[in-house]
Amino acid sequence: MSRRKTERLLNLVICLLATRRPLSAEQIRQAVPGYDRDGDEAFQRMFERDKNELREIGIPIDVVRDPWEDEPGYRIERQSYELPEITLEPDEAAVLGLAAQVWQRASLAEAASGALLKLRAGGVATDQPVGTGALELRVDTRDPAFPALWDAVRDRRVVRFDYRASGSETVRSRTVEPWGVVSRRGRWYLVGFDRDRQAPRAFRLSRITGQVAPVGKAGVVQVPEGIDLRAMVGFPDEPAEERIAVVRVRQGACEGLRQLARAVHPGTDGWDEAELAFSDPERLAGWMASLGADVEVVEPPDAREAVIRRLKGAMA
Amino acid sequence: MSGSADRLPRLLALVPYLMSHPGAQVGEVAAVFGLSEKQLIDDLQLVWMCGLPGHTPGDLIDVSWDGGEIVIDNADTIARPLRLGIDEASALLVALRMLAATPELAEVPGDALPRVTAKLERAAGEGAATVSSQVAVDVDAAPDALPRVREALTGKRRLSLRYYVPGRDEVTPREVDPTRIVVVDGRAYLEGWCYRAEAMRLFRLDRMLGVDVLDVPADPPEEAEPIDVTQGVFRPSPTDELVELELSAAGRWVAEYYPCEEVTELGEGRLRVALRARDEDWILKLALRLGDTGRVVSPPAMAETVRREAERALALYAHRS
Repeated sequence: MSRRKTERLLNLVICLLATRRPLSAEQIRQAVPGYDRDGDEAFQRMFERDKNELREIGIPIDVVRDPWEDEPGYRIERQSYELPEITLEPDEAAVLGLAAQVWQRASLAEAASGALLKLRAGGVATDQPVGTGALELRVDTRDPAFPALWDAVRDRRVVRFDYRASGSETVRSRTVEPWGVVSRRGRWYLVGFDRDRQAPRAFRLSRITGQVAPVGKAGVVQVPEGIDLRAMVGFPDEPAEERIAVVRVRQGACEGLRQLARAVHPGTDGWDEAELAFSDPERLAGWMASLGADVEVVEPPDAREAVIRRLKGAMA
Repeated sequence: MSGSADRLPRLLALVPYLMSHPGAQVGEVAAVFGLSEKQLIDDLQLVWMCGLPGHTPGDLIDVSWDGGEIVIDNADTIARPLRLGIDEASALLVALRMLAATPELAEVPGDALPRVTAKLERAAGEGAATVSSQVAVDVDAAPDALPRVREALTGKRRLSLRYYVPGRDEVTPREVDPTRIVVVDGRAYLEGWCYRAEAMRLFRLDRMLGVDVLDVPADPPEEAEPIDVTQGVFRPSPTDELVELELSAAGRWVAEYYPCEEVTELGEGRLRVALRARDEDWILKLALRLGDTGRVVSPPAMAETVRREAERALALYAHRS
């Protein structure tokens, strides 16, 4: 944005805020320096663009249509423009400072620091350190799909994207009414109504490939009342029932396994026997296979077979 | 905030800031707005050219910075900052709700958190309150180790840890001078000077199998610099060996869990990735875990190590199945 344009826009904001009565485009043209030297058409185009730019940064411009006037009038209503009076106690300001540093990157980091700047401009002191200063909280939003999904959630707009389900060899297009986004253990999920499946679903952002495209108008998506977004990205398919595996462990090895075992029974042949609680034999097999020739799963048979399969796979 | 596209929003915050901080110093204001002093003066010069319609000297904003002290006058029209945008307010509200969901970790004294959340919601309007309830950051339950770690931090005392390293299936004893708690992506870490590594390290609280607060004052050496976690917690060293893996669709999770230097789609969901191996044992364990869903492509010696270890392990099963 050129210096001249910034100047014109700032003058326009001041002009529209200061006026008591809505001003016609012609009146604005006379009052704001920078509009005066151009022809009618050039002025109209410039004025349209300027209004859009002000709206984009959140400045509410009222358009007043008086039945007795041909031309609409414009003004900025002070009440909807200004940050309301807000005063924070020192402890409140400190918490806000802690919250503002949570976002690490890109759009949200900018939004958070922009908000803090406005509050400081409004006279709120937000620079007190919180507590002992011995705490830092960070959340990453590195998934490329995040900004588009944040916008879609905000604007209540349907989205379409290509998605690769876990372990799947193919990518499928999904059309989703977004209800929200949730971060769990460092991974972001989109929660919403999958129009293709006609059911609520959670999607991991890192498995979205390519662009997230908005579909249709804003304001369309209805988020069901009382929905628990967090619960929807839980792992409901993980069986609660606990099983026990018996594992032979080479003496002097697998310290971590021994720590996590239910029990370890010392043996005499250079091997001990450990009991491990598990629910999913494949997960257990992954762990056991990773320990190589230091462990042997004795039972149950399904876990033993799963380990053998992995080791054979690693041989190939 | 220094880009020219952000200039108007900045000016609309700068003027109210100067109004509410009369006599502020050029250097101090430049720092608040993330500008050089030269850029700030340029902003002031621009503001000085603007004002009410008519633009006689009496209509223009009056601003001076004699001796580095900024005085502004005749700017009542834009004396208040612009209200918070939905994104701005939501970013703060989502973070505040995250803090509220983890009282043990956030350790915010008293009821400051609900108070400031309510004030911000009022100032932000309905849109932001709605959006911020649709974006959530889940934080793990506070680990058992937290009270003792915190005790050591506040009492400035050394910790003795038994720390589990799953990548190597090891439990190692560590003596650590704690410096702070860092919560990244919902997981809590202790940052501290590790005497075993002779370096600053992060330790996941849920991987501490034993925690003892020692009767020794914490005394991290002067070279102990805070770890920059803005790029994530797991950052391999560029000197670690570069290992190439080929993954099937079922092995793609590797690319999601570990930072890869290169990711190439091979079709049918298969991937080739290049990542830095912290040590040989870690990559061996990863390859064995992957089974037929991934294999080491290079270095060839590593691929051979994996094959041999798998063979040795299979021999254990051969004699009994």
